[in-house]
Amino acid sequence: MAKLPIDIPTIVGQFGPSLHRVPPGGWEHTGEDDKLVKTHCCFCGQQCGIQLRVRENKVVGFEPWEDFPFNRGKLCPKGVKRYMQDEHPDRLKSPLQRVEGKGYEAISWDAALTRVVSEIQRIQKTYGKDAFGILSGASLTNEKAYLMGKFARVAVQTANIDYNGRLCMVSAGAASKKVFGMDRSANPWSDIPKAKVILAAGTNIAECSPITTDYVWRARDNGGKLIVLDPRMTPIARNADLFIPVRSGGDIGVFHGMMRIMIQQGWIDRDYIEKYTAGFDEYARVVDRYTPEYASKIAGVPADLIVKAAEMWGPADTSFLLHARGIEHHSKGVDNCIAAIQLVLATGRIGREGCGYAMITGQGNGQGAREQGQKCDQLPGSRDITNPEHRKYIAGVWGVPEESIPGKGLSAVPLVEAIHEGKIKGLLSICFNPLVSLPDANFVREALEKLEFYVNIDFFLSETARYADVVLAGSLMEEDEGTTTNVEGRVIHHRKVVSPPGEAREDWKIICDIATRLGKGDKFSYGSPKDIFEELRVASKGGISDYYGMTWEKIDNENGVFWPCPEPGHPGTPRLYEDKKFKHPDGKAHFYPVDWRPSAEMPDAEYPIILTTGRVVSHFLSGTQTRRIGGLMDQYPQPLCEMHPRLAEKLGVIDGDFVKVESRRGHVVVRAQVVKTIRPDTVFVPYHWPLGRSANNMTVRAIDPVSNIPEYKICAVRVSKTEAPTDPISQLGVEAGGVR
Amino acid sequence: MSEVAFFIDYSRCIGCQACVQACAECDTHRGTSMIHLETIDRRDSVQTAPQVCMHCEDPICARVCPADAIKKTPDGVVQSSLKPRCIGCSNCVVSCPFGVPKYSAEIDQMMKCDMCYDRTSIGKKPMCATVCPSGALTYTTMEEIQRTRRGIPINSWKFGDEEVRTKVYVMVPRQVERVDIDLVQITPTPAPLPEDPYDVALMLEEV
Repeated sequence: MAKLPIDIPTIVGQFGPSLHRVPPGGWEHTGEDDKLVKTHCCFCGQQCGIQLRVRENKVVGFEPWEDFPFNRGKLCPKGVKRYMQDEHPDRLKSPLQRVEGKGYEAISWDAALTRVVSEIQRIQKTYGKDAFGILSGASLTNEKAYLMGKFARVAVQTANIDYNGRLCMVSAGAASKKVFGMDRSANPWSDIPKAKVILAAGTNIAECSPITTDYVWRARDNGGKLIVLDPRMTPIARNADLFIPVRSGGDIGVFHGMMRIMIQQGWIDRDYIEKYTAGFDEYARVVDRYTPEYASKIAGVPADLIVKAAEMWGPADTSFLLHARGIEHHSKGVDNCIAAIQLVLATGRIGREGCGYAMITGQGNGQGAREQGQKCDQLPGSRDITNPEHRKYIAGVWGVPEESIPGKGLSAVPLVEAIHEGKIKGLLSICFNPLVSLPDANFVREALEKLEFYVNIDFFLSETARYADVVLAGSLMEEDEGTTTNVEGRVIHHRKVVSPPGEAREDWKIICDIATRLGKGDKFSYGSPKDIFEELRVASKGGISDYYGMTWEKIDNENGVFWPCPEPGHPGTPRLYEDKKFKHPDGKAHFYPVDWRPSAEMPDAEYPIILTTGRVVSHFLSGTQTRRIGGLMDQYPQPLCEMHPRLAEKLGVIDGDFVKVESRRGHVVVRAQVVKTIRPDTVFVPYHWPLGRSANNMTVRAIDPVSNIPEYKICAVRVSKTEAPTDPISQLGVEAGGVR
Repeated sequence: MSEVAFFIDYSRCIGCQACVQACAECDTHRGTSMIHLETIDRRDSVQTAPQVCMHCEDPICARVCPADAIKKTPDGVVQSSLKPRCIGCSNCVVSCPFGVPKYSAEIDQMMKCDMCYDRTSIGKKPMCATVCPSGALTYTTMEEIQRTRRGIPINSWKFGDEEVRTKVYVMVPRQVERVDIDLVQITPTPAPLPEDPYDVALMLEEV
């Protein structure tokens, strides 16, 4: 019965989003703090070190942590204001259950868990084990990510668990696995300033990973050149040595166009290719078709820019590739990444100082949460759920028969499609707000409404949680303890700063309690997250992402440890591939003859404009956290539709006009922002807002065949000037999906 | 160890507002930010510029204050107005060549950046220069900045005929010795505008 119990404005009135602006005790409080706790930001994959100030078990502010080597005290606005989530008036402090016509009422933990367990059992008995699905999150700690994978396979015994890293890192991960046999940024960030040329492909560093900006500028101050590929002139593109305003989905045109010139000019390392790689010739045959003219046609930019990029990248002594969602959020996201990474591999500029590449993870534990076995096809240690040896090893760690571990399940988008089709009847979700973050939001809402039972674990009542039958009040990062793995592959320690408020509980305890009530208590008898880590270490042993040699003490003492760290005493591995040994059975890195293909939905006469979506610096992902923080909302209160003056003129739109942005699947009404910094054939709408302001009303439900990442970066829309909307949703506060 | 100083490198700024948000968090500011982040002209460019108080050697704001409410510390930091003295006349607001002081009607007083005196006076960095993720705001030694940056730091300005030296430095290209800002000449025929370097449509036309 996963339908809204009452209308949205009434829910918003009770549970927010509302804005929190003043720390506990008020700004006037000048008393001493009780303690200052060294921990990390809960937001993006940079995982900056930060110190939180505590008074009377309340987080009252922050202090930069200048000794932590990754960010050295630096923070973005989200990090500065993150503590405003604590003591937030919207905070869930007890379990809730849906009451038709009334909303949500507080219930006891016992009542809530009894209902959850009986519904899981009823649905599985009626429809089969796999009719109960689990959606998990990439902002969970490693311990919780590990626990969710085990919970699904051992306690619920469903194949259908996936996570929202599916919307973020999977194209990058799949490409790295295909090329090198493992999925991790190849270098620590300290290599970036040593590169003589940096290629930033589809990464709005200034807004999505601001701390990385300083590393890039240090490279430039050291005499390095910066090339930026993006359909929009982002803040780092403004000062780049070469900005290539590529058409969304045209990136392979640039990469292959560059490589063809590099091959012709001899700017590749034939000796390296010969000794350490396989498949170059087939790749080179495809690349040969990408003449400057053809490459220019594919990329939608003048050929001259591609030639210049080859001239900068090709002959450099050292180089670094940074790539992110701009090339990954495509139905050819894996191929885009492979094409980019091959620019690194063919030059042999990897595995040494100042040389390599990195994918910039977006979510809080974007790296670690994709290794611990909560993906539909994966077991801990980045193991493969279809590999008999891998299954056997994990079955041994878990103390269960190998055949009891389910097989490969559905990834996030197909899982929601299976709900829509009526194949999956029940859902548990944690750390995931799919109604805002998945493509084709109207379809996602229809799917949620078809569930027979939905339980959501969260600390705020997110837009998706409104559809839940039971909501379990979980914990913020600072209310629990655990590790995450940052963008570099550095495993770090989040310390517990305060206790969960009211009757809210640590997420891991909630999951273990459900498992116990499902009769698997002996497999989930952890006393603390540290106990879970100790098991995770063993489960990862011998896997690709090997944490076996780590302890929390080692992580604390060494400001984090880079995996692989296979034995106690091992120093960890900041830079990969120094030994030129790759993780494929043949020990070589592999080239692939990837070729450009059109996006799932290209602009046409009816929908002639490209829509691309992305983030702004003051918001994080689906906004369920940052839309509740006053300072961050002041900075960017509502989504705007960026368009070039030439397009605006054609549409009869001036800056600030209301426009309707409409695809075959849905629309938004937002204000126009007319700027010369975007391609005239493209509009941009950021995706952090819900309902009538959700960019995902328009996006296309197309996924990459290998990674299953959705194609957020290109779909076809039409845009028209319109009147100010007057519907009830539009009248809500902008934090809740209204418009001003 | 040589003395630390404040450096602004406008070319590094990414407009993220970490400085603005962090400034407001300071115990002495209590939710009000004293740093200004200017968006130059969003239609044409994403360029932004952070503006802290430059802490002039001979602060004009203090010179024009009829109530003698603006004081400079012995170490050269120009303070916010003294509450008992400030009469809210805004002379300082209109006279500052950098546009730093702002009059707050709520408290009937001028408030401005004091280089986090509560922090810098006990050996910490100012909040904005600690958190700034781009290094556009940096608080370090002259040796360190000269060793690590392409540009050079200068603190000499000329506004029309007025020469100003500031405690805060800005990073400029190597050949620049002073920032000269001419008085605006209003003429019947405006000078031709330079080519627009940030128009993406023009980049796509180049062959």
